[in-house]
Amino acid sequence: MSFHPNDIVRRGRAATFIVLGAILFLVSGFYRAQILQHDDYKLQSETNRLRQLPLPAPRGAILDRKGQAIAENVIGYSVSLFGISEDSLRATMTRLGETIPITAGQIEDAVRRYRKDPNRPTVIIQNASFDVVSVLEEHRLQFPGLIVQSSPKRYYPDSTAVSGFVGYIREINEKELAKPEFASAGYKQGMLIGKDGLEETYESVLRGREGSRFVEVNARNRIVNHSPRQDLQPEPGQTLQTNIDMDLQRFVAKLFADSSLQGGVVAIEPETGAVLALHSAPTWDPNRFVGGVSTKYWNELMADSAKPFFNKALKGRYPPGSTFKLATAVMGLERGVVKVTDKFPIPCTGGMQYGNRYFRCWDKRGHGSLDMIGAVAQSCDVYFYQLGMRLTFEGMLAGGVRMGFNRKTGIDVPNEYRAIYPDGASYYNQRFGQRWSRGAEALNLAIGQGSNQQTVLNMARFYTALANNGYAAKPEIVRRNPERQKLYDLSDEENAALRRALSSVVAAGGTAAGSQIKGIAVAGKTGTAQSGKWVNGTELDHAWFVGFAPADQPKIVVAVMIEYGAHGSWAARFASKIMEYYLKAPTAVVAETG
Amino acid sequence: MISKTKINIDLPLLLTALLLTVYGIAMVYSAGQTEVKTFVANLWKTQLVWMFAALFVAFLVSRSSVRMIEWLAPPLYFFSLGLLVLTLVGFGAGAGTAASTKSWLAIGGVRLGQPSEIAKVTTVLMLAKVLAEMRVPPRSLIELWKPMLVVGTPWVLVMAQPDLGSGLVFIGILFGMLFWAGVPWPLLLLTASPAISLVLAFSPRIWGAWFLLLVALILWYRPYMGESIFTVAANVLFGVLAPLLWESLKPYQQKRLLVFLDPTADPRQAGYHVMQSKVAIGSGGLFGTGFTLGTQKRLAFLPEQQTDFIFAVVGEELGFLGVTVALSLFFILFFRIIKISERANDSFGSLVAFGLLSSWFVHILVNVGMTLSLMPITGIPLPFFSYGGSFLLASWLAIGVLLRIAHEGRGAKGGNFAV
Repeated sequence: MSFHPNDIVRRGRAATFIVLGAILFLVSGFYRAQILQHDDYKLQSETNRLRQLPLPAPRGAILDRKGQAIAENVIGYSVSLFGISEDSLRATMTRLGETIPITAGQIEDAVRRYRKDPNRPTVIIQNASFDVVSVLEEHRLQFPGLIVQSSPKRYYPDSTAVSGFVGYIREINEKELAKPEFASAGYKQGMLIGKDGLEETYESVLRGREGSRFVEVNARNRIVNHSPRQDLQPEPGQTLQTNIDMDLQRFVAKLFADSSLQGGVVAIEPETGAVLALHSAPTWDPNRFVGGVSTKYWNELMADSAKPFFNKALKGRYPPGSTFKLATAVMGLERGVVKVTDKFPIPCTGGMQYGNRYFRCWDKRGHGSLDMIGAVAQSCDVYFYQLGMRLTFEGMLAGGVRMGFNRKTGIDVPNEYRAIYPDGASYYNQRFGQRWSRGAEALNLAIGQGSNQQTVLNMARFYTALANNGYAAKPEIVRRNPERQKLYDLSDEENAALRRALSSVVAAGGTAAGSQIKGIAVAGKTGTAQSGKWVNGTELDHAWFVGFAPADQPKIVVAVMIEYGAHGSWAARFASKIMEYYLKAPTAVVAETG
Repeated sequence: MISKTKINIDLPLLLTALLLTVYGIAMVYSAGQTEVKTFVANLWKTQLVWMFAALFVAFLVSRSSVRMIEWLAPPLYFFSLGLLVLTLVGFGAGAGTAASTKSWLAIGGVRLGQPSEIAKVTTVLMLAKVLAEMRVPPRSLIELWKPMLVVGTPWVLVMAQPDLGSGLVFIGILFGMLFWAGVPWPLLLLTASPAISLVLAFSPRIWGAWFLLLVALILWYRPYMGESIFTVAANVLFGVLAPLLWESLKPYQQKRLLVFLDPTADPRQAGYHVMQSKVAIGSGGLFGTGFTLGTQKRLAFLPEQQTDFIFAVVGEELGFLGVTVALSLFFILFFRIIKISERANDSFGSLVAFGLLSSWFVHILVNVGMTLSLMPITGIPLPFFSYGGSFLLASWLAIGVLLRIAHEGRGAKGGNFAV
């Protein structure tokens, strides 16, 4: 066979074109990948090789008004693992289980975290003990993907004493991670988040910002370079200055712990609304929630009939009983239906007839004819029944609503329950249909019974107004500018008379005469509320005392609620001890702000 | 036998091949520069030794003669067929991305080389001899029986290993040389039609369109009636057989083909290699990350970086510029070989040159295309770049043959390199 030159040249040209076309085809492919899509691939290459080790930010400390720590950080350890796959994570953790205790639940938790974010080291032990850490250090070479980091660990020095307001921290859960507000705030799997109390309210202030250490890994997720880039240092959370007086808080907690009574206490500075102490007994231990609460402890808390997790100062709602009589008195004076010195036509003979019902006074012997001061001192129900009649049902509702008995105080911790107070007849119609009478309900409301349920905190707020000529202070745990609200408008004489009336409660002849403090005039009101719990044929009553001291120049308002605590004088004894401790303490600091 | 006299060297060809080889050894060196050192770290030295051996072989071959090469073609061809048979009867071993195949000849576990590399060259020689002996180019299918047999025998042996990549190369050699021998393109298309049917059978609609086109081609070109019927029947048969053949493929082969269609379909397994290769190339950008500094390679994300995926290292470390330089060198090489084919003294030499070109062309198109997922992963090395002694030796043997053909051809005399 031989080639004709013309054919050869033609075929040579065709071959050149085919070859050139193929080469250009390849070049265009590289142009696309290397020039047009370069940024995408560059990013993929970086995510391939760089892993971020989170450097947790120390959470901001929570301090009391004198700088004592309520919540601080101590050195803790967290253990994480770089996983290549779920299976390898499971396998490595099972192997780890041969040297340190690891439960099946921990493995499942870790796998769940891994699924959420496979490029982040998976936290396998949130809060490792020093023993576990030292064992792991010994076996380091067997587990190349293992990262043991010292990470600041939350610690509450007076843990049970502060469980009423501090809250706790726990790992963010999947439900929260799915919410856009958490995702946009930079929360990632394995991070801690404040729950309940100050930890939750001030989460954004306390959390700080997580830093990063970069490591370079190879295709097998082994670390080949420990500092390919400079670390991004974590930003510590900010310190939270609170109004709490830890000495007083501890004192309150001890009162309850020693007496094994249960209930709630709020102590407020009337001028500023600064919360000096807030306690709910029985308590729980927020330290045991750090690094994950054990099922055993959680079940214990849930099974306890005293409900330690139910905050008796913020959530517990109780009929205010006689402590509410001051609200009725304020309404009467403000409306002008009664004067301080007025005596009502019907003297107390242990009760009074109203319509077809007989309304009892708490003291069957009767109090005779009393003016307002005497009626407060003796807590005479008959006096306040008649005041309620004068105010009328509508007047009682309007006055109570105006003074905020159906609202939250707005204190800066979550989960405060709203106090219950009817705001109209429809409230009753919905609940009782036709089976209620306006007149009788006015009488009930006047003595703090009926459809009236108040939190300890809300009663304390009302008494800051009594201490402060009608100005109620918004309770605040964290120090800031005080917010005050005028609840009512009375003359100076009337305000002084109310304070005198409250003083006479804690004076010879008053219902809390046994709770006097030497050298300090205490003003306050006892109260007894039905609990609905009966033992041996008698109802166990809740005991109230809300008051302030010194009576003429109040520095502290204290509200005490003792569940099943019988008569209010029991609560008064607690309250006066709290006031005495606060006012006589050598280090007592009186309002710096405002 | 070997003439001692100086020959007229085709300098562009020699220089281009030398540049490509040095470029390749530099990349083999870089491929060894990983964070965790492996056996790859020292391969560049071995490759350097092989280069000198290869240059010496090329020198020897260039001092032989085209006549002698033609005379040697049949014994060499049958010898290489024998080696291929050996791999199938217990002396085969796998390597690289095709570890489960038997493309390597091994005795006592020691891998000696890939007979398919030698068979590619000897088949080119044998086919050139067969085609050169024909008085006129084949005009009908029946006249193609001899070339088909020459390429078909090693093809069947290679596919039995199974080595899809080399199989592709043999097909490239067959069609390239038939084209160069002057076989009309409609006949080439008819010859290829059953294979095209096989590929297009995955979609009945596309296969239907192709079949209509084929019928039109037959009506226009008018081959013998028997051949027409045969072609149509073969196309129908292959269209029907395709699913059965697909079933007969090894799972890893199926995966490779599927992954070619969609690399993200199996990102952890079969798709992983090609995705990491694309990431390496794409992250290189215009100038690359710098020689030896590619992180995809350093941190072992890139598989087989010294053999099948060596071009991804070029892309990552030397960027689009390095890629363009390499591909340009290949184009210059191809262009020179086309010129050598055109000016060869006789049809045997011309056909040998064009056959070698066809072989390299398929290698480069498939290997480089594979790194970008433009071609399926077939475990085919890149000439002059991929690590491998026997392959480099075979490549330079081919260069030696080409130098000899160029020397004996027109246009090379008196140092006239004019294009």
